[in-house]
Amino acid sequence: MATSSLPAAKPAGATRVRRASASKRRQTTAAYLFVLPFFVVFATMLVIPLGYAGYLSVFKSQLIGGLSFIGLDNYLRAFTDPEFLGGIGRMVIFLLVQVPIMLGIALGLALALDSGRAHGSKALRLLYFVPYAVPGVVATLMWGYLYGPDFGPISQLFRAVGLDAPNLLDSQSILGSTMNIVTWEFVGYNMIILYAALRSIPAELYEAAAIDGASQYRIAWSIKIPAIRPAIMLTVIFSIIGTFQLFNEPSLLDAIAPTAITNGFTPNYYAYNIAFVNQDVNYAAAVAFLLGALIAIISYVVQLGTQRSERKQRKAAR
Amino acid sequence: MTATITAPARENAAGHAKPSKRRQGKKRSLPLTILLWLCALYFLLPLFWLFIASTKDNSDLFSTFGLWFGNRFSLWDNVVSVFTARDGLYLRWALNTVLYAGVSAIGASLVATMAGYAFAKYTFPGSRVLFSLTLGAIMIPLTALALPTYLLFNAASLTNTPWAMILPSLVSPFGVFLMRVYAADAVPDSMIEAARVDGAGEFRIFWQVSFRLLGPGVVTVFLFALVATWNNYFLPLIMLNTSSLYPLTVGLAQQQAASAAGGGAQALFSTVITGSLISVVPLIIAFLFLQRYWETGLATGGVKE
Repeated sequence: MATSSLPAAKPAGATRVRRASASKRRQTTAAYLFVLPFFVVFATMLVIPLGYAGYLSVFKSQLIGGLSFIGLDNYLRAFTDPEFLGGIGRMVIFLLVQVPIMLGIALGLALALDSGRAHGSKALRLLYFVPYAVPGVVATLMWGYLYGPDFGPISQLFRAVGLDAPNLLDSQSILGSTMNIVTWEFVGYNMIILYAALRSIPAELYEAAAIDGASQYRIAWSIKIPAIRPAIMLTVIFSIIGTFQLFNEPSLLDAIAPTAITNGFTPNYYAYNIAFVNQDVNYAAAVAFLLGALIAIISYVVQLGTQRSERKQRKAAR
Repeated sequence: MTATITAPARENAAGHAKPSKRRQGKKRSLPLTILLWLCALYFLLPLFWLFIASTKDNSDLFSTFGLWFGNRFSLWDNVVSVFTARDGLYLRWALNTVLYAGVSAIGASLVATMAGYAFAKYTFPGSRVLFSLTLGAIMIPLTALALPTYLLFNAASLTNTPWAMILPSLVSPFGVFLMRVYAADAVPDSMIEAARVDGAGEFRIFWQVSFRLLGPGVVTVFLFALVATWNNYFLPLIMLNTSSLYPLTVGLAQQQAASAAGGGAQALFSTVITGSLISVVPLIIAFLFLQRYWETGLATGGVKE
C-alpha cells in the first residue's frame, strides 16, 4: 500500500539523521507501552502474590499474641512433615511411572500418525485430542463412575464373566486409578506437540534412509526421535510441572473414595487442606512456596541434563 | 528454555501436508489402522459412557449395564431438570463460565499479543531481560500460584467477586512467547517501515496493519486462554464462595459431592451427569471447528522452543 511513496523516505543529510533518531525514540516509547500491560499484570498477579506468600511463610499466627516472626521454622516443619513428604514421594512415583507411560504412548501415536500408514489419520488425531477439551473435573467425575465398585461398567463386566471385580477406589489402587485419569486427559495434548514437530522434519532427512532400505522403526529411532528432541523436552517439562500441581483429581476422588485419598495425597491438595481446613495460612504459604521451588529446580536440572548430553552427543558425532 | 529456532515450520504446522512430504504410493497398514482405532476407543469410552448415562433416569442408571442404553430414554427429561433444578442455577453457572473465560481470554490474548509483537518487532533497552523474565515465568506452576494469589486477594478483600477469577487469568507468559515467535515471521519489517514512511503512528500500525496479519496467532492464544479458564477448578474453588458466582466446574463438583454424600436427593446423579455432558459440548465443538488454529499454536510452541 505504501510502496509508491518509498522514495520520499530518503531526504538528504542532517534532517534524515534527526528524523531517524526522533522516530527511533517514538518507536522505543511505543515498544514500552506495548509491553506495559503485560508487565503490569505480571507484577500484580505473579510477582506480588509470590512475594506476599514468601512474607506470610516466615510468620506464625497464634491465638494469643497474633502474628509472630518465626524465620524458616515453617520450612523446617515441612521437611519433617510426613504428610507433605508422603505427597512428594507419591508425585515422584507418578513422575517415574505415569509420565514415561503417557509420553511413550503420545510419542508412539505421533510416530504412527506421521508415518501416514493408517486409515483416517486426521480423524484419529482429533479423537485423541478431545479429552484435552474436557475439564479435569468432568474427566474425574466420569472415571469415578466408571471405577465404581457397585454400578461401574468395569465391575459389571468383571461380574458378567464371573470374576471378582477389583476395587479401583481402595487405597492400594487409587494411585494407579489417578494415573489413568491423568494419562487419559493429556496423551492427546502431548501427541499433538510431538506430531507437529515430526511434520516439520525435512523429508529429505529420512527419504534417503528409506531408499537405502532402513525399516520404519529404524528411521523413527535413529532419525525422527533425535530430530524432535526439543519438542520431547517441552512435553517432559510440562509434565513435570503438571504432576507436581495435581489437584482436581484427588480433590474430586476424595468425595467417592474418602478413605483412599488422604489430606496429603498430593502436595498441592495438602496445601489447600492446610489453608482451608486447618486454617493455617502461614504454613500453607510455606508449602506452596516450597512446592514451586521444587518444580523449578527439577525442571532446571532436567533441562541442564539434556543440554549436557546433547553437547556430548554433538562432540561424539564430530 | 533456549529458543533453538528450526526454520520452515509454519505451513506444515498449520496442518497442510508439505508437498515434498506427499506420501508417494505408501501402502496403508491394516494392523496399524486397527491398533490406532482401538486406542481411539480408550479416549472415547468415558465420553460414550457420559452420553449413555445422560439418557437414563436414576433407576436405570444403577440397574442397567453402564455402556448401553437403559429401559427408558430420558435424555430430554434430564436436560429439562438440569436447567430447572434450583431455580435454574445451572444456567447461571454456565453464563458465569462464559463470562469469566471470555473476558479472561480476550484480555490475556490482547495483552500477550501486544507484548509478543513488541518483543519481535522493536529493539529497546531491557528487552532481553524482560523477555528472559517472561520465559522463566512459564515455569511457574499456575496452581501453586493460586494459593498465594488467594492470600493476596483475601488481604485486599477482592475474593468472592468475578475479578478474583478474571484478573489472575490475564497472565499468559506462554502466550507472549508464542506471539513473539509468530509475529517475527507473520509481520514483514518492510510493511511496518512502509507504514511509518506514510506517517502512520506506531499504534495505528499495530491495529491496522500488524493485527490482521497476527490473526491466527491471536486466535490460538485466545483459544488456549479460554480453555485454561473454562476448565479451571482450583482458582474459583478457593476464590468464590457464593454459589451464584460459581463457574460450571465448581458447581458440578459441589453437586456431585452432594449426591455422593447421599443428601436425600437421589435425582441429583442423573442431573450432575447430564450437566457434565452439556458442559463439555461447547469446547469440543470449538476445538473441532478451530483445529487449524490450535494445531498451529501447539506446533509453534513445540517446534521452536
